[in-house]
Amino acid sequence: MSAEQLQRVKQVLREFILDSINIRNLGDDDDLFESGIVNSLFAVQWMTFIEKKFKIEIGVEDLDIQNFKSLNAATAFVMRQNGSADLTSL
Amino acid sequence: MTIRSVGVIGAGNIGVGVVTDLVLHEIKSVVVDLNDTILQHAKAEVIKNVRFAPVLSKALPRLNTEEVLKRMTLTSNLDDVSSCDFIIENITEDWNIKKELYGQLERLVPSHVCFAANTSCISITQIASATNRPANVVGVHFMNPVHLKLTVEVIRGFHTSDATMSLVMQLFRQLGKEAIVVQDLPGFVSNRISHLFMNEAIFVLQDQVATAENIDQIFKKCFGHKMGPLETADLIGLDTVMRSLDVLYESFHDPKYRCCPLLRKMVHAGHLGRKTGKGFYTYPGPDPV
Repeated sequence: MSAEQLQRVKQVLREFILDSINIRNLGDDDDLFESGIVNSLFAVQWMTFIEKKFKIEIGVEDLDIQNFKSLNAATAFVMRQNGSADLTSL
Repeated sequence: MTIRSVGVIGAGNIGVGVVTDLVLHEIKSVVVDLNDTILQHAKAEVIKNVRFAPVLSKALPRLNTEEVLKRMTLTSNLDDVSSCDFIIENITEDWNIKKELYGQLERLVPSHVCFAANTSCISITQIASATNRPANVVGVHFMNPVHLKLTVEVIRGFHTSDATMSLVMQLFRQLGKEAIVVQDLPGFVSNRISHLFMNEAIFVLQDQVATAENIDQIFKKCFGHKMGPLETADLIGLDTVMRSLDVLYESFHDPKYRCCPLLRKMVHAGHLGRKTGKGFYTYPGPDPV
């Protein structure tokens, strides 16, 4: 996975959040949940979006808030799905 | 008495949340709605909610799809709730539809079974009048998302008995929730106040005092609310908010509950909030099922 792909994944994730929750800026490490940027209703949409967009299935062992709490965390999670994540459409 | 099965009538947003919560707490549910399309959507939503629940609350169990499906039955036949220990009704906020439903339930369900009306604004005493068991009717007002909100507003109707109150408290113990009991007048505490906030926020927007974003930011950043009134209205559905305001207006005949013309206009334009992708804000497409 290239640095370019990583940036593209992050951009896709950032756009989804900004489109969904009416905020203008989001830092790469801002904690979405602790800071109250998103609520628990959005969290399910967030994880569903990651699965559908990158065609990956979040396994039981990955159902941990640490994997989804920030843009950097979610980007790293998608990149870790090396081989199963579909980045061809990015 | 431990409640082992609950009939859930209405598989909309809150109905799905109620079923999710029941499944997570090992209570079987019989879910009733009008057709298979609605039921299949509800099934997918419950499975998704249950799957992601442990991410949002470590106290909730990890269940696989098979276990979820064992704990819920989906049906469009109201007769199927006749053997349930308890009934929770979550249908549209429309008195005529509710009246007809409670009349049907009265004939189908044994007289000792309690009915919990999960209504936004309609008086519990009025709903109880559509049955022959007013002592067994209680109001419950779940918050969204149901399985993550640990407090619920419980409304005691004029005739609600102590036994019914004990039973509904038992249900909430099983669900790990705290219940705050209030008396019965339309809108109760939560919606009587929250709908004034939402309606006035829409008037403020209509009068061009501030943008939708700024109105919500003031509630979030100044008051510390998790969501602003316009975001909340979009989430609930602008048609539902309008209907609830109309119920409050009809019930109290107080002009403070008159629905803002902008809200009515948006409803007529089909801009109903998140569920249609457009309300006070624009949203990405509906969740894939």
